[in-house]
Amino acid sequence: MARTAVSGRLAWRVARLAEIRDETPTARTLVFDLPGWPGHLAGQHVDVRLTAADGYRAQRSYSLAAPANGDRVELTIQRVADGEVSEHLTGPYAIGDPIEIRGPIGGWFAWHPQNPEPVLLIAGGSGIVPLMAMIRARRAAGVRTPFKLIYSLRTPAEQYYADELRTPVAGLDITYVYTRELPEGRPGIPRRIDVATLNTAAWPAEFGATTFICGPTAFVETAADILLALGHDPHQIRTERFGPSRD
Amino acid sequence: MGVVTPGFQGRARSGNPRLPPGQYLAEDFPVLSAGPTPRVRTETWEFAVTTEKGDKHTWSWAELMALPSEKPTVDIHCVTQWSKLDTRWRGVAIDTLVGGLDTEADYVLVHSYGGYTTNLPLADLLDGQAWIAYEYDGKPLTPEHGGPARLLVPHLYFWKSAKWVRGLELKTRDEPGFWENVGYHDYGDPWREQRYQGD
Ligand SMILES: Cc1cc2nc3c(=O)[nH]c(=O)nc-3n(C[C@H](O)[C@H](O)[C@H](O)COP(=O)(O)OP(=O)(O)OC[C@H]3O[C@@H](n4cnc5c(N)ncnc54)[C@H](O)[C@@H]3O)c2cc1C
Repeated sequence: MARTAVSGRLAWRVARLAEIRDETPTARTLVFDLPGWPGHLAGQHVDVRLTAADGYRAQRSYSLAAPANGDRVELTIQRVADGEVSEHLTGPYAIGDPIEIRGPIGGWFAWHPQNPEPVLLIAGGSGIVPLMAMIRARRAAGVRTPFKLIYSLRTPAEQYYADELRTPVAGLDITYVYTRELPEGRPGIPRRIDVATLNTAAWPAEFGATTFICGPTAFVETAADILLALGHDPHQIRTERFGPSRD
Repeated sequence: MGVVTPGFQGRARSGNPRLPPGQYLAEDFPVLSAGPTPRVRTETWEFAVTTEKGDKHTWSWAELMALPSEKPTVDIHCVTQWSKLDTRWRGVAIDTLVGGLDTEADYVLVHSYGGYTTNLPLADLLDGQAWIAYEYDGKPLTPEHGGPARLLVPHLYFWKSAKWVRGLELKTRDEPGFWENVGYHDYGDPWREQRYQGD
């Protein structure tokens, strides 16, 4: 039984692009039709495989951007300059084109809606993707688990899911950190996530929140180290590091 | 061959015979782990080997430093597809630590500071195939890369090379570790692309 489940989860399935939503000039959400998809938890990822006409293959991991929804699966992909896979998926890849996907993968960096502890989400750049799946899963499950999101991005124009995040949601607090350019009219200067940000915007350590941090390695290291220094329990901090290997 | 994605060509193939399938060459040294980086002080560091009968052998940092060390230069391969060639390490061979023990065990569960675990066949740690490494590129191993000491098993995917290692538990039965429990491959041979269970 367990065996069947595993091979099902890890079988390559053919997906077809059904819908494109541009998030920013360099990132797009791709919605796939993926018959036979077994479902997943918010925070899990998939492996995506592209095959060229001569048989050459390239494989990459992408977080699932939305909670399970039948045979529909959403990914949000940031174009990386010279990126073999992301340049194809944010460029020529068109509605109806096939691709292979397997998953879901990763049961650790995942949020279960029945989990009652408060949640702290810390996103750096495209690290927002699996965290957005958690925010959407919270809404879809109709639970009131208190959530805080701290979203670090270079400029306001680089924000993903901007319209959706602009609509206020009870129990979801959002703090933005801009590292290069502030929104019009916002006082202060651009800066990186630091002790002051987390001390103000995160849950106090004694609340026992589950924390999910996702982004480039240096960002994840910094945020996790600050939380530890503020007394957070290391076992409550889950991290996912991604982006190209050289950040 | 899989399903062809129209218009996809891919980058020029490397053709480097030292790269296992699906791997690319990384110039930097990416960091991947499941949680925050534990900061382990050598003053309180201890390493233990426990046999299946419960006999426990421990080494302090000073005792580890006093053991004969080796300087392997090896290729390493991460399941997230980067590889590095000719990485230079220094450490104590696992043979030196478990060679004299009385054991019937075939398996090892590796334990780390911070709670991480991973499993391997004992045979894969012996005969000069694995080390407790404490230097990288001539310098003490930094915390992000598993310092003060990590396991180094270059012939398997790098999640088996547990960072912040604190002990080896010898076992007569195989028991999955942290990633293996969430679907990663029990063995993890990069040349056979054993990423997940069933590969
Ligand atoms: C668990 C996980 C989840 C992820 N989720 C997401 C997500 O939701 N959204 C997202 O956008 N990304 C995500 N990523 C990152 C994603 O997997 C890819 O790394 C990213 O899309 C870049 O892939 P690419 O093929 O476009 O770039 P690559 O071709 O891998 O290139 C990346 C960089 O490395 C350099 N490079 C790569 N290979 C070579 C080589 N052989 N020689 C020289 N230079 C090279 C390139 O020049 C480029 O600068 C995730 C990663 C992980 C591990």
